Amino acid sequence: MSFLRRIRGRAAPPSGQVARERLRLVLSYDRAQISPGLLETLKDEVITAISRHVDIDPDGVQVTLSEGPRENRLVAHIPLRTGRGDRKR
Amino acid sequence: MPARVITITSGKGGVGKTTAAANLSVALASDGQRVVTIDADIGLRNLDVMMGLENRIVYDLVDAVEGRCRLRQALVRDKRLPELFLLPASQTRDKTAVSQEAMVALCDELRQSFDFLVIDSPAGIEQGFRNAVAPADEVLIVTNPEVAAVRDADRVIGLVEAEEKGPARLIVNRVKPEMIRRGDMLEITDVIDLLAVELIGIVPEDEGVLAAANMGRPVVLSDNSPAGLAFRNIARRIMGEDIPFAPMREPGFVERLLRLVRSEGE
Repeated sequence: MSFLRRIRGRAAPPSGQVARERLRLVLSYDRAQISPGLLETLKDEVITAISRHVDIDPDGVQVTLSEGPRENRLVAHIPLRTGRGDRKR
Repeated sequence: MPARVITITSGKGGVGKTTAAANLSVALASDGQRVVTIDADIGLRNLDVMMGLENRIVYDLVDAVEGRCRLRQALVRDKRLPELFLLPASQTRDKTAVSQEAMVALCDELRQSFDFLVIDSPAGIEQGFRNAVAPADEVLIVTNPEVAAVRDADRVIGLVEAEEKGPARLIVNRVKPEMIRRGDMLEITDVIDLLAVELIGIVPEDEGVLAAANMGRPVVLSDNSPAGLAFRNIARRIMGEDIPFAPMREPGFVERLLRLVRSEGE
């Protein structure tokens, strides 16, 4: 099976694996009672709140749900616009 | 010793709850246990036809709850096993005809005279489900290795835990080893990992299940049915035996031959 797949090159993963990955995501949203729409709202509000104090790159902001074995957490990646640029000046 | 009350539920419909309830009840009773199997799907009763007892029903669960008969009168004795009884659901009423308190009281009345009460829950997570779970000592979740069924199982596992009826144990039904081998079906280990729950049985897809349902004769009563064997194993695990899980792949030729020789020898 894996041999055949290697011959075919970068073939699509088998559907069972796709099912597993889709379920992983769906279950973490279900368990946290968070919808993808709510994550977008949170992201917008995080951008607004932090921009008031710090210069950030709003296009680079990501808010995701991360699932551990027994706890879920919201993870926000917020790239700053300061730093190197300031030092050059 | 008073009965253990085991509720079989799933969230999603059509995954094999009623099949599991009928087969586990018959398997437990075949082993000498005194069993009542209770159809909690008020308005959509099916356990009676699965067990071939549809022509023997006089009273039902709602009649007993509302006092039109004594509880004992509503129990239908199985044709094959003298220690197995069915408490049929009402076909003409709906879920609101019974309360959680009534279900608990009904089960408490039966507990003293039996070893196991097996409750077949309706699909969904509404009142019918809550009625079925309220009297439970243990909950078994039936799922299929597919996205929608696993998702619903996860929701139900959460609700069962919230009701402090957990930890639920899982039956993965309608498994197709050939599809797993091709990579086109969720692996059992994937399902267990995703749901973070204890496994109690793996039931392979088996045409004999439908044939048995056609006859009103649960498949555990058939000697050469893989699904029947799986249900017998689940019943033994319920009774506390440590039965290893069979590997979920197609047996090779030699394996099949060995198995044949072994089963002939029994």
